[in-house]
Amino acid sequence: MGMTITEKILAAHAQRDRVEPGENIWVDVDVLMTHDVCGPGTISIFKKQFGKQAKVWDPDKVVIIPDHYIFTKDEKANRNIDILRDFVKEQDLPHYYDVGTENYKGVCHVALAEEGFNRPGEVLFGTDSHTSTSGAFGLFSTGIGNTDAAFILGTGKLWVRIPETMRFEFTGEFPPYIMAKDILLQVIGDIGVDGATYRSMEWTGEAVMSLSMEERMTLCNMAIEAGGKNGIIEADQVTKEYNQGKTSIDGQFYSSDSDAKYYYKKTYDASKMEPVVAKPHSPDNKALARECEDVKLDRCYIGSCTGGKTTDFIAAAKLLKGNTVKIDTYIVPATVEVEKDLSIQKIEGETLLDIFKNAGCRIGEPSCAACLGGPADTFGRTQGEEIVISTTNRNFPGRMGSKKSSVYLAAPYTAAASALTGHITDPRKFL
Amino acid sequence: MKKIIEGPAYVLGNNIDTDQIIPADKLMYSLSDPEEKKFYGQFALSGVPDAQSGLPKGQMSFVNEGEFSSPYKIIVGGNNFGCGSSREHAPACLEIAGVEAVVAESFARIFYRNSIDGGFFIPFETEVSVYQEIETDDILRIDVEKGTLENKTKNKTYNLKPLGDVADIIEAGDIFQYAKKAGLIKT
Repeated sequence: MGMTITEKILAAHAQRDRVEPGENIWVDVDVLMTHDVCGPGTISIFKKQFGKQAKVWDPDKVVIIPDHYIFTKDEKANRNIDILRDFVKEQDLPHYYDVGTENYKGVCHVALAEEGFNRPGEVLFGTDSHTSTSGAFGLFSTGIGNTDAAFILGTGKLWVRIPETMRFEFTGEFPPYIMAKDILLQVIGDIGVDGATYRSMEWTGEAVMSLSMEERMTLCNMAIEAGGKNGIIEADQVTKEYNQGKTSIDGQFYSSDSDAKYYYKKTYDASKMEPVVAKPHSPDNKALARECEDVKLDRCYIGSCTGGKTTDFIAAAKLLKGNTVKIDTYIVPATVEVEKDLSIQKIEGETLLDIFKNAGCRIGEPSCAACLGGPADTFGRTQGEEIVISTTNRNFPGRMGSKKSSVYLAAPYTAAASALTGHITDPRKFL
Repeated sequence: MKKIIEGPAYVLGNNIDTDQIIPADKLMYSLSDPEEKKFYGQFALSGVPDAQSGLPKGQMSFVNEGEFSSPYKIIVGGNNFGCGSSREHAPACLEIAGVEAVVAESFARIFYRNSIDGGFFIPFETEVSVYQEIETDDILRIDVEKGTLENKTKNKTYNLKPLGDVADIIEAGDIFQYAKKAGLIKT
């Protein structure tokens, strides 16, 4: 019996020839990532358990990327950044992206990719549930809590139960109006928010392999919204090219065996996909965008690890160019690199930034911002009964701030089309 | 590990996510400073919509105004309890509020791991859905060794799923105690 990519990576990191789903094993960790929300708690557990003088297991494998509560006057949020800064100094950690310096990056999952920390075949843990994003590079990545992260800081190891794998294959070609976010919301809608609980979600098929790295990242990003342990796509030439110049580590390229055992397999015809939204208040509350045209909106939000990458803004700009938004539209680049791209990338001679400004959008600074609500002064945070269309990942009650607001999740094309009309709109009208 | 956990129930529905358990605008409090930490108790479950707060009636506070702990010892939920973020503040805030057990039909995995590895409380899974049969304020009694959940108010007993491999970590206290016992880290 063969093995899936996930099983092969985990076996290799436990010095085993093979593993079976359901087994508990200890794996060696290649990268541990933390940020400003969970870093301080992780550090205090690390010190309590391993001693005040303890040193992390391998400074080169620890990556600290503050990104959640950055542009706020909240004193405690700012204090948490100071805790990270002090720890980095004390431990002499080389991979820290400090707020207010030229090293600052923004949203950790996108920054991990930009900085070359997503290396095929490796094991990466992060104190954030969207750490599954990195699986787009053919590596095992998943989110953990402070305690597990502190355990890794001290030992370089963590126990993992081998997940069963679900395989989602897309044959043929995606139509030009379909984005990774549509595919993902379709699948989550089909299997439900606990449809992949503690399972690996493996994306495959020629349509998936034709996607760019950024789109692949979006596909793996929301594995957690189906309860998945990880999302994964086998690494290929596209992966290799993306990583060129970002890391000197080539990594190990694994693929699933043809006789690997899957818990579930489903094949989709890529050409049949339609633009979809997830209605309030659950990511699996799927509907076709064209079925929701009667939903009037107050706000459009384009940003986050899920929908705030350069590809996402190029898509939105295609629709917004030369037009004016009808509702408050917030543009939040995930990282500083993406922010720079807004001034570099052009559509017919006009930069994305100018397109957004001329369309009447508000532009924020790179961070997680209102994706998860955040402190009261967070850019784009809902404060009342707003109805929002958003390229982010969660629409739970209160997720973007106010408990009374309602969030529709969508791809950047659908979000931009809806910003132009003031109600949910199928982007095919503009493409 | 406590063998018997007994107290009033606070009942919630399906898919209780971590933003409902502890909203993101409360995550900046320190989890180690005793004075700041208590706010996690105060804001535990403060993101749950009022209509779903304390089923079946709803509109019931988990923590009374101005208090830092809850009168409820056992939380009962449906499917996929603790879905969403990896924030350990979620199981932590429930423990700080005084919760000793969460009983649900199923848990989201990160929340489940965090509850056990951090030693906050035991996440018990039930064989059948129970949240529609238990009312907030019913008195529940969990017998950890027997693996049963008794509703003393309604005089009905349910089986809990065996804890499986994670029982060793629960027995040890947390992942660190377990690793020390197993010789994986030095004491």
